[in-house]
Formats: sequence, structure tokens, C-alpha cells
Amino acid sequence: MAFSDVREYTHLTDDEVEAIGRELDEIRAEIEADRGQADRDYVTRIITLQRRLAAAGRITLFASFFPPAWLLGTVMLGSAKILENMEIGHNTMHGQWDWMNDPEIHSSNWEWDTTQPAEQWKHSHNYIHHQFTNVLGHDNDIGYGILRMSRDQKWTPYNLGQPVYNFLLAAFFEYGVALHDLDIEAIRKGKKDPKLLKKQLKQIGDKVGKQAFKDYLMYPALTGPFFLHTLSANFTANIMRNFWSYMIIFCGHFPDGAVHFTEEELEDETRAEWYLRQMLGSANFEGSKFLHVMSGQLGYQIEHHLFPDLPSNRYAAISVKVRDICKRYDIPYTTGPLYKQYGQTLRTIMKLSLPNRRTEDNPAPISPRESRRLRDDERPLRRSELGKWSGASA
Amino acid sequence: MTDPLVDRSTALSRLRKLGTALTTPLSPDDYLALINPLWSQRELRGRVEKVVPETENAATLVIRPGWGWSFDHAPGQYIGIGVEIDGRFHWRSYSLSSVPLVEGNTVSITVKAMPEGFLSDHLVNGLEPGTIVRLATPQGDFVVPDPPPEKMLMLVGGSGITPIMSILRTLDRRGSLPDVVLAYSARNRDDMMFLDELSELADRADQLTFIPRFTDDEGMMTVEQLDDVCHDWMARETWACGPAPMLDAFSDHYRRLGREDHLHVERFTLAVADSEAGGGTVTFGVGGPTAEVDGATTLLEAGEKAGVNMLFGCRMGICHTCDVPLASGRVRDLRSGAEHGEPGEYIQTCISVAAGDCTLSL
Repeated sequence: MAFSDVREYTHLTDDEVEAIGRELDEIRAEIEADRGQADRDYVTRIITLQRRLAAAGRITLFASFFPPAWLLGTVMLGSAKILENMEIGHNTMHGQWDWMNDPEIHSSNWEWDTTQPAEQWKHSHNYIHHQFTNVLGHDNDIGYGILRMSRDQKWTPYNLGQPVYNFLLAAFFEYGVALHDLDIEAIRKGKKDPKLLKKQLKQIGDKVGKQAFKDYLMYPALTGPFFLHTLSANFTANIMRNFWSYMIIFCGHFPDGAVHFTEEELEDETRAEWYLRQMLGSANFEGSKFLHVMSGQLGYQIEHHLFPDLPSNRYAAISVKVRDICKRYDIPYTTGPLYKQYGQTLRTIMKLSLPNRRTEDNPAPISPRESRRLRDDERPLRRSELGKWSGASA
Repeated sequence: MTDPLVDRSTALSRLRKLGTALTTPLSPDDYLALINPLWSQRELRGRVEKVVPETENAATLVIRPGWGWSFDHAPGQYIGIGVEIDGRFHWRSYSLSSVPLVEGNTVSITVKAMPEGFLSDHLVNGLEPGTIVRLATPQGDFVVPDPPPEKMLMLVGGSGITPIMSILRTLDRRGSLPDVVLAYSARNRDDMMFLDELSELADRADQLTFIPRFTDDEGMMTVEQLDDVCHDWMARETWACGPAPMLDAFSDHYRRLGREDHLHVERFTLAVADSEAGGGTVTFGVGGPTAEVDGATTLLEAGEKAGVNMLFGCRMGICHTCDVPLASGRVRDLRSGAEHGEPGEYIQTCISVAAGDCTLSL
């Protein structure tokens, strides 16, 4: 069930919630004061590695007719795309590296190797998702407008197809993400400003065109007679990246233990309560250092949601302190191995394709309150640490 | 200034376009820079080739710029230099002391370590040859027309000598050195940059009258002494560069005597005029954080205070690193007092204040 106040879920007093907030603020201040050369070295090393990997993959695919080369090139290219999207692009657009004052690695102008324009991502993700994390009706990441991910979302016969939609979303995740900021729900209700819609569609079209031109025409054409081999390799690399990023992202908020909230939570929410909502609404996964790099450190989803704009290479160390806070205040800290976290997510997707009455774990429905989406001016101000994003004028 | 090579050659620009289609969303330069850091013009950059000590606390940096650089700056102009210290880029501006187009493929700036200037100290004492730095294109209107006026006076204090050096070297090289009086003050002999070169030039070229002054012994030059230093100063075009109090004093003096049109001044600090801008509520990014700011706080400072990570460079209105588009409202340029209010217009946040409520697109 969804909670209308984070404290309903915990046993904490107001003072304790504020004390947690102060501790987390201290962690942030500590890291901010300590950012320096080692952090820059980390990100420039990853960027260099990623670009070399991409170049090596493209070059290897000139021999794409030779199956081992096809496989090797595809894996290198797919890994490069994963690194770029997860550890580099996602984190840079959050403003994690803005402190370096380097225009080449800055949230204001980073563009990533996927179909969604960075500008729209910064709105739909940095603002909407990170500000309104797990709040039903606000956070479009709950099922991406395609899947029913909470028992509090209304069931319709459409949801019977969830297993199929889920597979398609995973395979073509980059296109799902590309359309994410359009706000399908607003379009369906006729509330979308047509001018803005047109502008966004054009932006997406341009980006999709450039990406497709590169992967599905230019590089295959350069390899001459092996056009189709290279085309299939590039397609596979993109699909590989899609499945991976889908899985990592779905493990962030849907494993058991990560809770959803209703709109009432947003009313008069303090900074400390916002922190608490981020902790309760996110889920980590465990794994090797390599796994964490390949997932953009989103295995530290809880830490990322607490401090979206602190350098990702710091999340591992931050997690030790956050776990400690959770232990001392007896707050759940959701984590587990990746297969388990994704398994739970997948189970929820399957289960919620059926109406609540057909499945167990049916909590007493919360009384339907008069619910409408808050107008923009009623919403709390976004947190400044969410990085830059573009608004309706974008 | 002419365009970089790539913009001039259609073949090269076609090649670049093709390359960009292959590397999108990055540019070919992002990959080429992996091979040679200078092979990128996304951000202008250069490699420090030599650090030549000039005095105990000043040094000339000889820099080889990378792709996209044009060497035909006007003598007297300055460049921005961005240096990475502990992971962050810090920017300052320095006058070029090199002669345009002749020093091979390098440019040079001369930097004096300032007592509290951690960056200038780093440039003089901490920069190893081979270091890659970022550069900003030459700018500034502290230049001498070609051909130069027949009679010139140069009033120089301390490190203000660097743009003058570039001007003198260029005029000398072109054989067009006119009648120049150079009144140059420094604390003492050891502190005076380019003393030997200037003495040598004055010996060789009769047109140059070099009047060094050591302020430890003789005190600072005052406006009253101008007639003694250069009796026909009223007949000369004057270029002045040095500490702000000196420039203020001479500017006033020239204005009083109606000669302000014949004085060219280079300042290295942002002279903030009394602002009439009322301030207002500034919104950083549509729907973003807001801040109440007065008419004297720059938008950059206000943004930083509000916790917004804003790009910045020189913080004095020259490098345009901090430019952002204005979404709505009006801002005022602190230097000129000019107001800007076109939606979408790029404004420099480091020298702009709010003239009423305004919103920046971030």
C-alpha cells in the first residue's frame, strides 16, 4: 500500500526525523568539501576508457563477417554504451561533476548516447522523478506509464498484457525513455500544450534520427559488403544496453521493501522528510565493484536518491554511513543481490497484471481521498541539488 | 580575427561534419583528444612548453595552442587561461606578451605571482612544462591602430607592462615604432619585468624614450609629475595599464583637461559602477530555486549562494564561460549599466545583476 506520510511507516518522532536530516546534511557537506583531484581522475579515467572501448568496438566490427569479431565488437560497443549511459551520462546530467567547472563534463551541455534528448531527461528524471520519487500520480517512473507497479494503481484489462509490455519496454527501453518526458497521461487527458508537444517531438525526432543514422546506416555502410553484419551488431549492442539499463533502473524502486507514497506526503514535507522518503522508496543491490561501475553506481540507489549530485564514485563510502543511520534509527534499508532484486520486481509486474482481488497481499484499501494533481505553483520547490533541468519553456 | 582553419576550408568542414555523424552525440575531437590532447577545439586548449622566469616572482609561460586557435591577435589583447587545480578549473586573464604570428606556433603570457593570488602563484611556481591548460580567445580593445599614431605615451605600473610589451615588440618588429615615451614603474630593479629587453630596445631605437621608475625609492608617479616626465604629453595618444588607483588618477586628470578621448586604459579588475538596478527575485531555471537579490549581487554569486552549480570563468565579464540564456525579465550589465531583456538572450551572469524579477534558463 501507499503511504501518505513517511512517518506512518516508521516509528520516528519529529525530532528523530530532523536529526536524521542533519546527519545526512553533514555527510553531504563532508563530501562536498572533500571533492578534488581523485574524483576528477576517476571520471576522466572512466570517460577515456569508455571512448576507447567504443572506438575499439567500431573498429572490430569492420570484420563483422567473422563471427568471433562480430561478438567481440558487439560486446565492446554495447558495454561502451552502457558505461556512457549509466556511469557517465546519467551522473553527469545530475550535475555530479559540475563542481569541476569543466564545460566538457557538465550537466548544462552533456548529451548522451541514447535517443532521449538530454534536456528532456533532465526534466523528467532529475526533476520529476527525483523530486517526487515514488509519489503516485506524480512520479512517472512508477511503471513508466505503461506498467502497473503498485496495488494502489487502478487495474484495467489492459494490464493483463503486462508481461508482454514489460518485455517490449525492456528491449526498446531507450525509446520508452525517449518518450518519457512527453507525459503520455497528460496527452491522453488533452492537457498537454500542443506547442510544447510539437517542440519535444521534433527534439526527439532529431535525436533518434542522428542515433539511427550513425548506428544503422553510417557504420554499416563504412564496412561495405558486411553492411548487414555490422547493422545487426549495432542493433544488438543497443538492445543489450536497453535490457541492462531497464533492469538496473527497475531494481531501483520496485523490489519488495521500497514503498510508494500518496500525494498527501508532499504537503508540508520538510527536507528531512524528503530524505526519509528517498530512503524508504529506493532499493539497492549488492555486487562487485565492476557491477557497480557498469550500473552507474545505481546499486547505491538509496545513496543516489539522497545525494543525486554528489560524485558517483563516493556512493560506496556514503552507503556505509547511511546503513549505520538506518541501523541506529531502525529504518529499513532495502538491499540484496541483483538477481533477487530483479526477481522480486518481475514478480510484482506479473502479479499486478491481475486485479488486486485475484492476488494475495491485499491490504485494506486506503480511503480514496479527493485527489487531484497539484498545480505547479502548489508543488514544493525542487531541491537545488537535483541539477539543472528545463521547464515548460524548454 | 580570422576563423580557424576548419571553418575556412570547405573540405575540412565537410570532413568534420561526416566525423560528427559518426561520433554523435560527441564530436570527433572528443576521440582525437585521446591521441593528442591538443587535437580538440571543443574547448580551446594549449600545452605549456616553457616557463621562463622574468623576475623573482614573475614568469613568462610559453604555450602551444591546440586546434582552433588563431594566432593573429592584436597586440595588447589578453587571453583567458584555465588551469586545473585539485580537480577544478580556475580561470584568469592575462595579456599576451608575444608578437602575433611570429613566435612559431606558440603564444606567451607573463604572469606575476600576487601575494594572495593562489592561481597566479600556481602559474608562476607550480606549472610544469607539458601541462595542458584551457584557453579563451584573445579579446580586448586595448590595442594600437595600424599604422600607429605618430606620438605615443605609455604609462605603465607593475605587471601592466605585459600588453605594452606585446605592442612594443610588434611595432618594433614591423619597423613602425613611432615616437614613444614609456614611463614604467615597478617597486625596484629586481621587480621590474623586461627591464633588460626594454633598455636594449631603447638603446637601439631612438624613437623610444624609456623612463623606468623604482617606487621603493622614488614613490609612485603622480599626475602632477606628468609634465616633468613627458612635457608634450598633451600632444600624445596615451596607453595606460597598471594598478586601479593609478588608472583612476590619470583618468580623472585626462578628463579634467578634456583629453579623455586620447587615453586608452586597460583594467584587470571589474570596476563596478554604482548600480541603479533594483534587484529582485531571480529564478534559476524555470521552476527552479529562487533567490531575492539586491542590485549589487551578481547573478552568478546569487546562484552559487542558492546552491546552483553555475559555470564560471573569469568572473569579470570577459570569458563568457558563465553565459546563460535569459528566460524572462531584465538584467543590467554592471560595467556599462546597459539593460538586457530579450528572452533567449545570452547574458553574462558574472557581471549582470537583476533589474527586477528575472528567470535564467539553466
